[in-house]
Amino acid sequence: MHNFTPWSALLGGALIGLSASLLLLLNGRTAGISGIVAGVLNPRGGEFTWRLLFVVGLLLGGVGYSVAVGQSFQFDLERSGTAIGIAGLLVGFGSQLGNGCTSGHGVCGMSSLRVRSVVHVCTFIATGALTVYLVRLLGGVL
Amino acid sequence: MSTKADATAARFSVKRLVSALGIGILFGIGLAISGMTQPSKVFGFLDFFGDWDASLALVMGGAIAVHLTTRRLILRRSEPIFDSSFRVAGRLPIDGRLLAGAVLFGIGWGLGGVCPGPSITALSSGAWQMLLFVGAMCGGILLFQVTTKLWLGDGGGTT
Repeated sequence: MHNFTPWSALLGGALIGLSASLLLLLNGRTAGISGIVAGVLNPRGGEFTWRLLFVVGLLLGGVGYSVAVGQSFQFDLERSGTAIGIAGLLVGFGSQLGNGCTSGHGVCGMSSLRVRSVVHVCTFIATGALTVYLVRLLGGVL
Repeated sequence: MSTKADATAARFSVKRLVSALGIGILFGIGLAISGMTQPSKVFGFLDFFGDWDASLALVMGGAIAVHLTTRRLILRRSEPIFDSSFRVAGRLPIDGRLLAGAVLFGIGWGLGGVCPGPSITALSSGAWQMLLFVGAMCGGILLFQVTTKLWLGDGGGTT
Protein backbone atom coordinates (compact mmCIF):
# COMPACT_ATOMS: atom_id res chain seq x y z
CA MET A 1 0.00 0.00 0.00
CA HIS A 2 1.31 3.38 -1.00
CA ASN A 3 2.39 5.73 1.82
CA PHE A 4 0.86 3.56 4.54
CA THR A 5 1.89 4.92 7.95
CA PRO A 6 0.08 2.70 10.47
CA TRP A 7 2.06 3.46 13.61
CA SER A 8 1.99 7.24 13.44
CA ALA A 9 -1.67 7.01 12.47
CA LEU A 10 -2.49 4.86 15.50
CA LEU A 11 -0.42 6.96 17.87
CA GLY A 12 -1.88 10.22 16.57
CA GLY A 13 -5.36 8.75 16.71
CA ALA A 14 -4.84 7.56 20.28
CA LEU A 15 -3.73 11.06 21.32
CA ILE A 16 -6.80 12.53 19.66
CA GLY A 17 -9.03 10.06 21.48
CA LEU A 18 -7.24 10.73 24.75
CA SER A 19 -7.72 14.47 24.28
CA ALA A 20 -11.42 13.99 23.68
CA SER A 21 -11.67 11.90 26.84
CA LEU A 22 -9.74 14.44 28.88
CA LEU A 23 -11.94 17.28 27.65
CA LEU A 24 -14.98 15.28 28.70
CA LEU A 25 -13.56 14.24 32.08
CA LEU A 26 -12.08 17.58 33.08
CA ASN A 27 -14.28 20.12 31.29
CA GLY A 28 -17.38 18.09 30.62
CA ARG A 29 -17.42 19.13 26.95
CA THR A 30 -17.41 17.42 23.57
CA ALA A 31 -14.25 17.77 21.50
CA GLY A 32 -16.01 18.73 18.30
CA ILE A 33 -13.70 21.24 16.64
CA SER A 34 -16.30 22.74 14.32
CA GLY A 35 -18.50 23.50 17.31
CA ILE A 36 -15.63 24.90 19.30
CA VAL A 37 -14.59 27.22 16.47
CA ALA A 38 -18.21 28.26 15.92
CA GLY A 39 -18.45 29.12 19.59
CA VAL A 40 -15.42 31.38 19.27
CA LEU A 41 -16.91 33.20 16.27
CA ASN A 42 -20.35 33.46 17.85
CA PRO A 43 -19.86 33.51 21.61
CA ARG A 44 -22.70 32.55 23.85
CA GLY A 45 -23.33 31.44 27.38
CA GLY A 46 -19.92 31.73 29.01
CA GLU A 47 -18.35 29.19 26.67
CA PHE A 48 -16.12 31.57 24.75
CA THR A 49 -12.90 31.64 26.75
CA TRP A 50 -12.27 27.92 27.09
CA ARG A 51 -13.00 27.47 23.40
CA LEU A 52 -10.61 30.24 22.45
CA LEU A 53 -7.89 28.69 24.61
CA PHE A 54 -8.55 25.28 23.08
CA VAL A 55 -8.11 26.73 19.59
CA VAL A 56 -4.92 28.48 20.72
CA GLY A 57 -3.81 25.09 22.02
CA LEU A 58 -4.41 23.50 18.61
CA LEU A 59 -2.14 26.14 17.10
CA LEU A 60 0.51 25.71 19.78
CA GLY A 61 0.41 21.95 19.32
CA GLY A 62 1.24 22.53 15.68
CA VAL A 63 4.09 24.83 16.61
CA GLY A 64 5.43 22.34 19.14
CA TYR A 65 5.30 19.50 16.66
CA SER A 66 7.05 21.57 14.00
CA VAL A 67 9.80 22.52 16.43
CA ALA A 68 10.20 18.90 17.52
CA VAL A 69 10.55 17.56 13.96
CA GLY A 70 12.62 20.50 12.84
CA GLN A 71 10.41 21.81 10.06
CA SER A 72 7.07 23.47 9.58
CA PHE A 73 4.17 21.77 7.84
CA GLN A 74 4.77 21.31 4.14
CA PHE A 75 1.93 21.28 1.64
CA ASP A 76 2.21 20.15 -1.93
CA LEU A 77 -1.41 21.06 -2.41
CA GLU A 78 -2.21 21.44 -6.09
CA ARG A 79 -5.15 23.71 -5.53
CA SER A 80 -5.77 27.28 -6.56
CA GLY A 81 -6.83 29.91 -4.10
CA THR A 82 -10.36 29.65 -5.47
CA ALA A 83 -10.53 25.92 -4.86
CA ILE A 84 -9.14 26.27 -1.34
CA GLY A 85 -11.57 29.08 -0.58
CA ILE A 86 -14.53 27.02 -1.78
CA ALA A 87 -13.29 24.02 0.19
CA GLY A 88 -13.07 26.07 3.36
CA LEU A 89 -16.53 27.53 2.85
CA LEU A 90 -18.02 24.07 2.33
CA VAL A 91 -16.27 22.62 5.37
CA GLY A 92 -17.35 25.53 7.55
CA PHE A 93 -20.92 25.69 6.35
CA GLY A 94 -21.36 21.93 6.10
CA SER A 95 -20.05 21.33 9.60
CA GLN A 96 -22.65 23.67 11.03
CA LEU A 97 -25.49 22.29 8.94
CA GLY A 98 -24.60 18.73 9.93
CA ASN A 99 -23.82 19.57 13.57
CA GLY A 100 -20.27 18.30 13.52
CA CYS A 101 -17.16 17.16 11.70
CA THR A 102 -14.53 14.43 11.87
CA SER A 103 -13.89 15.01 15.58
CA GLY A 104 -17.44 15.76 16.67
CA HIS A 105 -19.21 13.00 14.78
CA GLY A 106 -16.28 10.79 13.84
CA VAL A 107 -14.56 10.48 17.19
CA CYS A 108 -17.10 11.57 19.81
CA GLY A 109 -20.35 10.66 18.11
CA MET A 110 -19.24 7.26 16.90
CA SER A 111 -17.66 6.51 20.30
CA SER A 112 -21.11 7.18 21.76
CA LEU A 113 -22.44 4.60 19.30
CA ARG A 114 -24.79 7.14 17.75
CA VAL A 115 -26.25 5.91 14.49
CA ARG A 116 -26.65 9.54 13.47
CA SER A 117 -22.89 10.04 13.65
CA VAL A 118 -22.16 6.85 11.74
CA VAL A 119 -24.53 8.05 9.01
CA HIS A 120 -22.84 11.46 8.95
CA VAL A 121 -19.34 10.01 8.73
CA CYS A 122 -20.22 7.47 6.03
CA THR A 123 -21.85 10.24 4.01
CA PHE A 124 -18.94 12.64 4.14
CA ILE A 125 -16.44 9.90 3.38
CA ALA A 126 -18.54 8.92 0.36
CA THR A 127 -18.82 12.46 -1.01
CA GLY A 128 -15.18 13.07 -0.16
CA ALA A 129 -14.14 10.01 -2.13
CA LEU A 130 -16.33 11.04 -5.04
CA THR A 131 -14.78 14.51 -4.99
CA VAL A 132 -11.25 13.10 -5.01
CA TYR A 133 -12.19 10.83 -7.89
CA LEU A 134 -13.64 13.70 -9.92
CA VAL A 135 -10.65 15.93 -9.21
CA ARG A 136 -8.34 13.17 -10.44
CA LEU A 137 -10.45 12.84 -13.57
CA LEU A 138 -9.94 16.54 -14.14
CA GLY A 139 -6.19 16.07 -13.98
CA GLY A 140 -5.56 16.30 -10.25
CA VAL A 141 -4.98 20.05 -10.23
CA LEU A 142 -7.80 22.44 -9.52
CA MET B 1 -28.09 28.26 36.84
CA SER B 2 -28.26 27.71 40.61
CA THR B 3 -26.01 29.62 42.97
CA LYS B 4 -24.29 26.36 43.89
CA ALA B 5 -23.45 25.77 40.23
CA ASP B 6 -22.29 29.38 39.96
CA ALA B 7 -19.97 28.94 42.94
CA THR B 8 -18.60 25.70 41.59
CA ALA B 9 -18.02 27.16 38.16
CA ALA B 10 -16.27 30.18 39.64
CA ARG B 11 -14.00 28.01 41.77
CA PHE B 12 -12.99 25.98 38.74
CA SER B 13 -12.87 28.76 36.17
CA VAL B 14 -9.08 28.99 35.96
CA LYS B 15 -8.57 25.22 36.06
CA ARG B 16 -10.97 24.56 33.21
CA LEU B 17 -9.32 27.26 31.11
CA VAL B 18 -5.86 25.85 31.71
CA SER B 19 -7.09 22.34 30.95
CA ALA B 20 -8.73 23.55 27.74
CA LEU B 21 -5.42 25.02 26.62
CA GLY B 22 -3.43 21.93 27.57
CA ILE B 23 -5.88 19.53 25.96
CA GLY B 24 -5.92 21.66 22.81
CA ILE B 25 -2.14 21.36 22.62
CA LEU B 26 -2.32 17.58 23.04
CA PHE B 27 -5.07 17.36 20.42
CA GLY B 28 -2.99 19.43 17.99
CA ILE B 29 0.04 17.23 18.52
CA GLY B 30 -2.12 14.17 17.91
CA LEU B 31 -3.45 15.65 14.69
CA ALA B 32 0.07 16.43 13.49
CA ILE B 33 1.44 12.98 14.32
CA SER B 34 -1.55 11.24 12.76
CA GLY B 35 -1.11 12.85 9.33
CA MET B 36 -4.50 14.55 9.34
CA THR B 37 -2.69 17.84 8.73
CA GLN B 38 -1.41 16.60 5.38
CA PRO B 39 -3.86 16.94 2.50
CA SER B 40 -1.95 14.23 0.61
CA LYS B 41 -2.82 11.73 3.37
CA VAL B 42 -6.49 12.75 3.20
CA PHE B 43 -6.58 12.44 -0.58
CA GLY B 44 -4.83 9.10 -0.31
CA PHE B 45 -7.44 7.86 2.18
CA LEU B 46 -10.30 9.02 -0.02
CA ASP B 47 -8.74 7.58 -3.18
CA PHE B 48 -10.69 4.31 -2.96
CA PHE B 49 -10.61 3.80 -6.70
CA GLY B 50 -6.92 4.56 -7.03
CA ASP B 51 -3.90 4.16 -4.81
CA TRP B 52 -5.64 3.71 -1.44
CA ASP B 53 -3.86 4.74 1.76
CA ALA B 54 -5.71 3.31 4.76
CA SER B 55 -3.75 5.32 7.31
CA LEU B 56 -6.54 7.71 8.28
CA ALA B 57 -8.84 4.77 8.98
CA LEU B 58 -6.34 3.82 11.66
CA VAL B 59 -6.38 7.38 12.98
CA MET B 60 -10.13 7.15 13.45
CA GLY B 61 -9.79 3.62 14.78
CA GLY B 62 -7.15 4.58 17.30
CA ALA B 63 -9.11 7.60 18.46
CA ILE B 64 -12.34 5.65 18.89
CA ALA B 65 -10.57 2.78 20.65
CA VAL B 66 -9.33 5.17 23.32
CA HIS B 67 -12.36 7.43 23.54
CA LEU B 68 -15.09 4.82 23.38
CA THR B 69 -13.64 2.75 26.22
CA THR B 70 -13.05 5.71 28.51
CA ARG B 71 -16.19 7.67 27.66
CA ARG B 72 -18.55 5.28 29.40
CA LEU B 73 -16.51 5.36 32.59
CA ILE B 74 -16.31 9.13 32.52
CA LEU B 75 -20.05 9.60 32.04
CA ARG B 76 -20.76 7.42 35.06
CA ARG B 77 -19.61 10.37 37.13
CA SER B 78 -22.23 12.85 38.26
CA GLU B 79 -20.15 15.76 37.01
CA PRO B 80 -16.79 16.51 35.37
CA ILE B 81 -13.79 17.44 37.46
CA PHE B 82 -13.55 21.14 36.61
CA ASP B 83 -17.17 21.97 35.99
CA SER B 84 -20.55 21.49 37.56
CA SER B 85 -22.15 19.53 34.73
CA PHE B 86 -21.50 17.65 31.52
CA ARG B 87 -22.63 19.27 28.29
CA VAL B 88 -22.91 16.74 25.52
CA ALA B 89 -25.12 16.81 22.48
CA GLY B 90 -28.72 15.74 22.92
CA ARG B 91 -30.67 13.43 20.66
CA LEU B 92 -31.13 14.88 17.22
CA PRO B 93 -32.84 13.25 14.24
CA ILE B 94 -31.22 11.78 11.14
CA ASP B 95 -32.70 14.24 8.72
CA GLY B 96 -32.07 16.20 5.54
CA ARG B 97 -30.02 18.76 7.44
CA LEU B 98 -27.63 16.14 8.71
CA LEU B 99 -27.23 14.57 5.29
CA ALA B 100 -26.88 17.88 3.46
CA GLY B 101 -24.30 19.01 5.98
CA ALA B 102 -22.33 15.80 5.61
CA VAL B 103 -22.47 16.00 1.81
CA LEU B 104 -21.13 19.55 1.77
CA PHE B 105 -18.53 18.81 4.42
CA GLY B 106 -17.31 15.80 2.49
CA ILE B 107 -16.98 17.74 -0.76
CA GLY B 108 -15.02 20.45 1.05
CA TRP B 109 -12.78 17.89 2.74
CA GLY B 110 -12.19 16.00 -0.49
CA LEU B 111 -11.43 19.26 -2.30
CA GLY B 112 -9.18 20.91 0.26
CA GLY B 113 -7.73 17.94 2.07
CA VAL B 114 -8.13 19.36 5.56
CA CYS B 115 -10.96 19.61 8.07
CA PRO B 116 -11.39 22.10 10.92
CA GLY B 117 -8.96 20.80 13.53
CA PRO B 118 -6.01 20.04 11.26
CA SER B 119 -6.41 23.33 9.41
CA ILE B 120 -5.87 25.26 12.65
CA THR B 121 -2.94 23.11 13.72
CA ALA B 122 -1.36 23.46 10.28
CA LEU B 123 -2.02 27.20 10.41
CA SER B 124 1.07 27.38 12.59
CA SER B 125 3.14 26.99 9.42
CA GLY B 126 1.94 30.38 8.20
CA ALA B 127 1.26 28.88 4.78
CA TRP B 128 -1.12 30.98 2.70
CA GLN B 129 -3.17 27.89 1.81
CA MET B 130 -4.04 27.27 5.45
CA LEU B 131 -4.66 30.94 6.19
CA LEU B 132 -7.05 31.03 3.25
CA PHE B 133 -8.73 27.77 4.21
CA VAL B 134 -9.27 28.77 7.84
CA GLY B 135 -10.52 32.19 6.79
CA ALA B 136 -12.96 30.65 4.34
CA MET B 137 -14.02 28.08 6.93
CA CYS B 138 -14.81 30.84 9.41
CA GLY B 139 -16.69 32.58 6.60
CA GLY B 140 -18.71 29.43 6.00
CA ILE B 141 -19.53 29.13 9.71
CA LEU B 142 -20.62 32.75 9.91
CA LEU B 143 -22.59 32.43 6.67
CA PHE B 144 -24.49 29.53 8.21
CA GLN B 145 -25.23 31.48 11.37
CA VAL B 146 -26.46 34.47 9.42
CA THR B 147 -28.63 32.48 7.04
CA THR B 148 -30.27 30.40 9.76
CA LYS B 149 -30.97 33.47 11.85
CA LEU B 150 -32.58 35.16 8.88
CA TRP B 151 -34.37 32.11 7.57
CA LEU B 152 -35.31 30.05 10.60
CA GLY B 153 -34.79 32.49 13.42
CA ASP B 154 -32.82 29.97 15.44
CA GLY B 155 -29.14 29.75 16.30
CA GLY B 156 -28.62 26.36 14.72
CA GLY B 157 -25.14 24.91 14.31
CA THR B 158 -23.21 23.00 16.89
CA THR B 159 -23.58 23.69 20.60
